Amino acid sequence: MSAPAADAQLNDPVLSVDKVSVRFETREGPVVAVDDVSFGVRQGEFLSVIGPSGCGKSTLFNVIGGLLTQHQGTVSVAGETIDGPHKSIGMVFQEESTFPWRTVTDNVAFPLELVGMAKAERVERARHFIKLVGLDGFDNRHPGELSGGMRQRVSLARTLASKPKILLMDEPFAALDEQTRLLLGDKVLQIQQEIQQTTLLITHNITEAVQMSDRILVMTYRPGRVKRIVDIDLPRPRTSEIVSSEAFGRYVAQIWADLREEASRGMREAEDQVLHHQGAES
Amino acid sequence: MNGGAGAAGTTVAKGSSQAGGRHRDDRLHKALPTLVGIASVIGFFLVAELLIQFGVLNRFIIPPPSQILGSFGRVITEEHVFSRFLLTATECLTAGVMITVIGVAVGVAMHRFKLFQQACETWAAALASAPMVLCYPLFLVIFGRSAWTMIIMGFVSGLPPVILKTIEGMAGIRKVLINVGRSFNLTRSQQFWKIQFPAALPSIFIGVRLGLIFALINIVGTEFLINFGGLGQLIEDLAERYDLPGTYAAVCFVILVSILFFMALEKAERWLIRAD
Ligand SMILES: Nc1ncnc2c1ncn2[C@@H]1O[C@H](COP(=O)(O)OP(=O)(O)OP(=O)(O)O)[C@@H](O)[C@H]1O
Ligand SMILES: [Mg+2]
Repeated sequence: MSAPAADAQLNDPVLSVDKVSVRFETREGPVVAVDDVSFGVRQGEFLSVIGPSGCGKSTLFNVIGGLLTQHQGTVSVAGETIDGPHKSIGMVFQEESTFPWRTVTDNVAFPLELVGMAKAERVERARHFIKLVGLDGFDNRHPGELSGGMRQRVSLARTLASKPKILLMDEPFAALDEQTRLLLGDKVLQIQQEIQQTTLLITHNITEAVQMSDRILVMTYRPGRVKRIVDIDLPRPRTSEIVSSEAFGRYVAQIWADLREEASRGMREAEDQVLHHQGAES
Repeated sequence: MNGGAGAAGTTVAKGSSQAGGRHRDDRLHKALPTLVGIASVIGFFLVAELLIQFGVLNRFIIPPPSQILGSFGRVITEEHVFSRFLLTATECLTAGVMITVIGVAVGVAMHRFKLFQQACETWAAALASAPMVLCYPLFLVIFGRSAWTMIIMGFVSGLPPVILKTIEGMAGIRKVLINVGRSFNLTRSQQFWKIQFPAALPSIFIGVRLGLIFALINIVGTEFLINFGGLGQLIEDLAERYDLPGTYAAVCFVILVSILFFMALEKAERWLIRAD
């Protein structure tokens, strides 16, 4: 009797997104950025949301993170509906977001400082997370002295230090070169395996998504809807080496086929818009 | 990252074989700008001295630097230069604290209440370029011949740059940093003290630096004009007596005030950024 109940609880999503829609009023009229999106993320699961540029990924990210509240539908964490930033959700942003005036240690210790942890303890804890993202030895540097990839890792460590139930990342590696991105992907995989972090990753990179995820949600372009959710049945633990396996290639091809349709539609629409504008001007 | 560590390792290894020489090189490297700075000032005075000695420049208008140097003793012993220096410095400090506290507060308020900013930013900018010294009779009437006349003159002329640079600093904060604060559920005051203020600090300090320059100029200028207290009055006295070397020596003390303030500001900036 109790076993199935526990099972059900395990399968209950910690994060559920229910019929979320977002509409922006622009000068050219209303734009539906996200349309009726529903999905759930289970405890310990790694779910990626993938879609072409401009399909509403960041908008969805902001809604789930509680930064954008003018939406329809609900987002709930462990059954509790949220209407603003929630302490169970930790966010890593698309743009560079370290505090340039703080050292690496003080950046990472930031959330610990907020809860009033004593200095010695928070430095100790910060050191643990700095090590986790592979930045030991850089504790006392300022972000200005680090590379882009290292700064992104500082942001990741800072968010992890707040021990969020759910880690929410918006294209954290988008601005990085391919090698750094793969290695950083390894790092995230390793962290995920080490601390069983429930993660929702937003990306437009197929390789990255297949490499890391248990499931991938493919979004359509304008309006941003759920096109398909793909289960990735690749063995864990994974590293970037998996990229060369045959099964990996199949998943990539399958998702690319889905995505290509959307991406090319996006490109056509963008082109049309430009042509339209030129036509109007001449 | 490993590559970086490896590279650093080899540098250290190479350095250790000639550590002594490298160390001296480093120190020389750091001191070089200061040394060149001092040398160029000395060079400038030497050239001036020579031009005056050879009669290219009129020695009755520009006294030779050697004479200025010689007059220091006289200015210090006979003209109470230190108490005057202290008075001008205190006036400047008071005005400086006022422009910082009030300027930053007004700038932050203007940034927060957009209507206020739209209504007043142009006035602040206009005030910044107005020759405030010319208003001294007004303040003389209000505050009389007291240090407060100078302080308020310094305050009024130094305030606009602090306000403008504070607004600029607050407006220039990247949106994502604010969002990081929101995602960590910061309160309004935490959001200000932990993110907005430190992010705007470099710009605010530029404003304070500019404000202090304006304040000092106007304070010394007013002392000169109303012939009351401080280094400005001394300059006016000495100039009246046509003691030109003494006048220039007194000007050197004004420069000393500004150097002291700049050094203090630099310390304060570093300390504030560390403390955050
Ligand atoms: N504040 C806003 N006001 C009006 N329109 C907006 C706003 N924010 C986003 N949009 C529009 O909503 C759509 C989705 O934007 P969003 O930033 O979510 O895309 P994205 O998938 O994150 O793109 P990218 O991959 O390039 O980051 C875009 O068409 C954009 O123009
Ligand atoms: Mg985006």
